[in-house]
Amino acid sequence: MSAAGGLNAAPGPVAMPLLRDDLRQIAAWIADGASVLDLGCGDGTLMAYLRDSRAARVYGVEISDDSVLACVRRGVSVIQADLESGLRMFPDRMFDTVVLSQTLQAMRQTEAVLREMARVGRQGIVSFPNFGHWKHLVSLIGGRMPVSPQMPYQWYDTPNVHLCTPKDFEILAARLGLAITGRALLSAGQPVALWPHLRAKLAVYRFEPK
Amino acid sequence: MQAGSVGVVTPQTMRFADPLALASGARLAGYELCYETYGTLNAARDNAVLVCHALNASHHVAGRNADRLDEVGWWDNMVGPGKPLDTRRFFVIGVNNLGSCFGSTGPMSVDASTGRPYGASFPVVTVEDWVNAQARLADRLGIERFAAVMGGSLGAMQALSWTIQYPQRIRHCVAIATTPRLSAQNIAFNEVARTAIRSDPDFHGGDYYARGVVPKRGLRVARMIGHITYLSDDDMAEKFGRSLRNADYAFGFGAEFEVESYLRYQGDKFSEYFDANTYLLITRALDYFDPARAFGGDLVRALAPARARFLLVSFTTDWRFAPARAREIVEALVVNGRQVVYAEIDAPHGHDAFLLDDARYHRLVSAYFDNVAGELAG
Repeated sequence: MSAAGGLNAAPGPVAMPLLRDDLRQIAAWIADGASVLDLGCGDGTLMAYLRDSRAARVYGVEISDDSVLACVRRGVSVIQADLESGLRMFPDRMFDTVVLSQTLQAMRQTEAVLREMARVGRQGIVSFPNFGHWKHLVSLIGGRMPVSPQMPYQWYDTPNVHLCTPKDFEILAARLGLAITGRALLSAGQPVALWPHLRAKLAVYRFEPK
Repeated sequence: MQAGSVGVVTPQTMRFADPLALASGARLAGYELCYETYGTLNAARDNAVLVCHALNASHHVAGRNADRLDEVGWWDNMVGPGKPLDTRRFFVIGVNNLGSCFGSTGPMSVDASTGRPYGASFPVVTVEDWVNAQARLADRLGIERFAAVMGGSLGAMQALSWTIQYPQRIRHCVAIATTPRLSAQNIAFNEVARTAIRSDPDFHGGDYYARGVVPKRGLRVARMIGHITYLSDDDMAEKFGRSLRNADYAFGFGAEFEVESYLRYQGDKFSEYFDANTYLLITRALDYFDPARAFGGDLVRALAPARARFLLVSFTTDWRFAPARAREIVEALVVNGRQVVYAEIDAPHGHDAFLLDDARYHRLVSAYFDNVAGELAG
């Protein structure tokens, strides 16, 4: 198929600066013309961007009715399904890249989702808020669970059931036999050089099955 | 946006003199197709949308029938000015399929070679045959390529088949509440319905027209069975529960429960207007639909010729054509690299949901057709 050639125009141009910080890093790791599965694709921002700028062939998986509708309005392919069971429909190594953006921490079956990503994709990319950010530690020292722009929830209503730090993720990846091929620890969209484990707000990882 | 009706519509008839070769090997000598249109075909002739009907519906998709004003089209909540399939932007065609009983050539029509109604001799037709006949109608209407072909249930099977049979003639396939093939259970229900019809003493092997009788008892049972499969358990519980029509049990076999009364009413109504031979033919077309069959059951290969973009919708409580069946189609489309939107609407109404008002469902179809309209030249 003529990847982007036959695609609809998006309702409006998706400018790079409007992309969420982690999405910019994710896009940088996706090759032109790649086939991409975006898990928990939300309103389709990343998909529309990859379609328009990378000529990528993109499919999203999303559970929310409103997000599916938003994807339809953007003219991107979206499949309404629960991530934790919805990947079964895809054959092995179906996609060049499988993306899970800021959703890993809300998965119940974290290991199973990562394994599935490694099965259906040649590479996986995940991003998640860094629970080890210093402000979170300060909050904990003050006796309160952290609430931040990356994790704007109270402890009793948070969807984030599996929070972790970059190091935690790396340990799990190793245990699951995933080779990490890229890592970006970001704050305000910029890589953090000094004390990234404390100062990065977001972690973005790229991995491949070993 | 003010949603309205397409108003009063008059069905049209197109006569086809060339015989139609059928999947069975038989040929249908000459035939007529009854159809309705709504909206205006644009100068580029690229805004046509074909709406395909399911088991018991017809070409009368929207608006009110000119002869019987109380007859509102079967998908009137979907098709009209300001509705999800907006007739201010699209030229919509509804066509009655061959073998049906609402004006197109079917078992009730007179076979020119005998001068008598076809009856039992009307050839068994398939979804593919219907699509071929629809394509000829499109030729005659000067439509090279449909902006979309759309349908629910058996209608959606026709839309899917269009993408395989005429990949260059369909830009979008909108397939609601459908399946790539009937399950054994689906076929079993059809067979019970057909057995009810065939065992009605008034059926006479399908040649009941000359005898002036109608196998109403069989049709009634067939419709009752069908209705059970269209509704969900929850929906039935909600609508009827165990409600009685009178205060207490009558200790007999009358229609005491509301659900019995409902089924009897639906059965009676249906047996007044539907043709028994048509019921056999259309349920058979359902049974036979299985595009993957020619590819050893491989739906991916069956859908390989498709070039359309797809919208598929299923409903969570549809146990007749459950969401898992639609997901098989989605999977095959993704493997083939086709663009696809798949929505699973959480609705309580079972298979019938595709015909009912549901804001999420209609918003989605509406948004999809906005994109389709955006692509059109005119």
